Amino acid sequence: MAARDGREPVGGTGSGSTEPGDTRSGSTSPGDTAGPRVLSGTGVSPGTGYGPVYVVVGGIPEPDRRGRHDGDAAAERARAKDALERVAADLEARGARAGGEAEEVLFAQAMMARDPGLADEVSRLIGQGVSAARAVFEAFGGYRELLVAAGGYLGERAADLDDIRDRTVAVLTGLPMPGVPDHADEPFVLVARDLAPADTALLSKDVVAAFVTEQGGPTSHTAILARSMGVPAVVGCAGATTLPPGTPVLVDGGSGEVRPSPSAEEVGRARAAEEARRAVLSAATGPGATADGHPVPLLANIGGPRDLEAALAYGAEGVGLYRTEFLFLDRDTAPTAEEQEAAYRPVFEAFPGGRVVVRTLDAGADKPLAFLPPSEEEPNPALGERGVRMFRRHPGIMATQLAALAAAAEGTTAEVEVMAPMVATAAEAEWFAAACREAGLRRPGIMIEVPSAALRAADLAGAVEFFSIGTNDLTQYALAADRQVSAVAGLQNPWHPAVLDLVVLAASAAASASPQGKGCGVCGEAAADPALACVLVGLGVTSLSMGAPALPWVRAALGRHTLEQCAAAARAARSAVSAAGARDAARAELPGLAALAL
Amino acid sequence: MGERKVTVTSEVGLHARPAATFVQTAAKAAFDVTVAKAGGKPVNAKSILSVLALDVRQNESIVIEAEGEGADELLDRLAEIASAP
Repeated sequence: MAARDGREPVGGTGSGSTEPGDTRSGSTSPGDTAGPRVLSGTGVSPGTGYGPVYVVVGGIPEPDRRGRHDGDAAAERARAKDALERVAADLEARGARAGGEAEEVLFAQAMMARDPGLADEVSRLIGQGVSAARAVFEAFGGYRELLVAAGGYLGERAADLDDIRDRTVAVLTGLPMPGVPDHADEPFVLVARDLAPADTALLSKDVVAAFVTEQGGPTSHTAILARSMGVPAVVGCAGATTLPPGTPVLVDGGSGEVRPSPSAEEVGRARAAEEARRAVLSAATGPGATADGHPVPLLANIGGPRDLEAALAYGAEGVGLYRTEFLFLDRDTAPTAEEQEAAYRPVFEAFPGGRVVVRTLDAGADKPLAFLPPSEEEPNPALGERGVRMFRRHPGIMATQLAALAAAAEGTTAEVEVMAPMVATAAEAEWFAAACREAGLRRPGIMIEVPSAALRAADLAGAVEFFSIGTNDLTQYALAADRQVSAVAGLQNPWHPAVLDLVVLAASAAASASPQGKGCGVCGEAAADPALACVLVGLGVTSLSMGAPALPWVRAALGRHTLEQCAAAARAARSAVSAAGARDAARAELPGLAALAL
Repeated sequence: MGERKVTVTSEVGLHARPAATFVQTAAKAAFDVTVAKAGGKPVNAKSILSVLALDVRQNESIVIEAEGEGADELLDRLAEIASAP
């Protein structure tokens, strides 16, 4: 059997992305209907696809380990050489027909089939009496191990190698070449353990509604080609090949959900959402601005360099929240300055001339780090020693991070801004800003997520260059509703007028802190809700940062309303007495949302 | 024996397109061409699989060797490909 040893499914690739409808009513949670089990994997190419399952059989059997040829080594070598050449020529022909990115991949595969090192090894094995099919299988196996051992990009190329091997073995043993139909009456959902470039190169959107593979990561060919084709794809989806062929399935390439036998209503809803999505995506381009041209930079929240691709694909103008925790988690010692610098630089380089706002380490008792143990047991970690408070006890960790940021910014043109989380007082803001400036970082800022910082924002604004409001924590603290306690989740709603009032205090303090005004962005979930995004702009917020998939929606919503309409929606929301009331009142002032099916 | 030592600056290392171009160029030579990581075991530079398996990453150095008629020109060309950003 053609074991396509893939890589472990990469979890959490889609995390940090926020669905635009988070605070909308009427959304359904996954798994709320009876019927076949819903499968899930990593969404690597957004969109919704629906169609019958077509399972690709990777089934070229392994040639017999004891297979021998009849003694004529020269003839057997010629057979092996011809088979490899036939496969190479076929790959080239497919590449030439496919064009583009696929062409490059298939030409590289053809080179592998013609590899002189491989040919030498095949020849050597045949010289020992091994059959051509078995010799090819074993010769590929040696290289395969090297690639898998290297891991990462090379590990994922193992599937390419397996595909060439299987094709060659098929030629030598008279089996049909493995493959996928390149036409269909109705687009199908292509399901496989993993897909090789030759499988996918000739496919088009007319044939494939979605890809689902059990193996492969975000840089596998399936992911890359699916994105370049604009076809939804889910990888690392355990159990996918057990779906019976022909079963209709609904695939969400954003959330990674694969739903067998969905109801007509579910399909209809998904299709309507998909149509709206496509219309929005195609219409919303360029920098964020209101209908009357008031610029509102739209930035992406990222959790590491791996999120850059999505940020750029969705048109982020910069990064409004670079969470740096990923560098510090799951390890015994703090990362070195060099290690940190290597993680910061690619992000700065991705946005030449653009803004990149980095949040310094946000750790605390809720996510303890081995090298930063809590100083005492905390019954309520949300109110404990976290964020900038932790830095005050471990100034060395902060100094290393700031130095690494300054070094990474060296020579790049990005406008690097650095902000501390969990700032409550003017003294903390001044202390952090001084440390940043000493490290050579000219644009220090703070997050506004503690109500005291919002209420007395004018006292803090002088020390820093900008504010960024973290609406999730600001809501948690304003309504005294722990984000981890589901019983109080109903209070955790950024539409609450109390939260909106705090936003106004912060935004107006920033605006009047200098003659030309200082910036006050929002980087919480609230910015990803298109209606609330308009309200935030109306409240005086100067930039919005969110999970990348929400960017087109927010760009479209802003582009359909004037600054005055946003301000009117903000006034209406603040006149309400509840979160639901604020939302309804604001939406009544935002007529452009209806056209977006929001 | 001609030799060139270069640092690979491409972001993808000596993989993907740079590797393919490198191997295609080496394959045109009538004589043997080898490539090795600095201090490592040399492999056949005409073998895409061997070159990929070297796993040369960005900012790593490689040594390319060849001997024969026109080896200097070929080595210059290979060094240029390997060091192109």
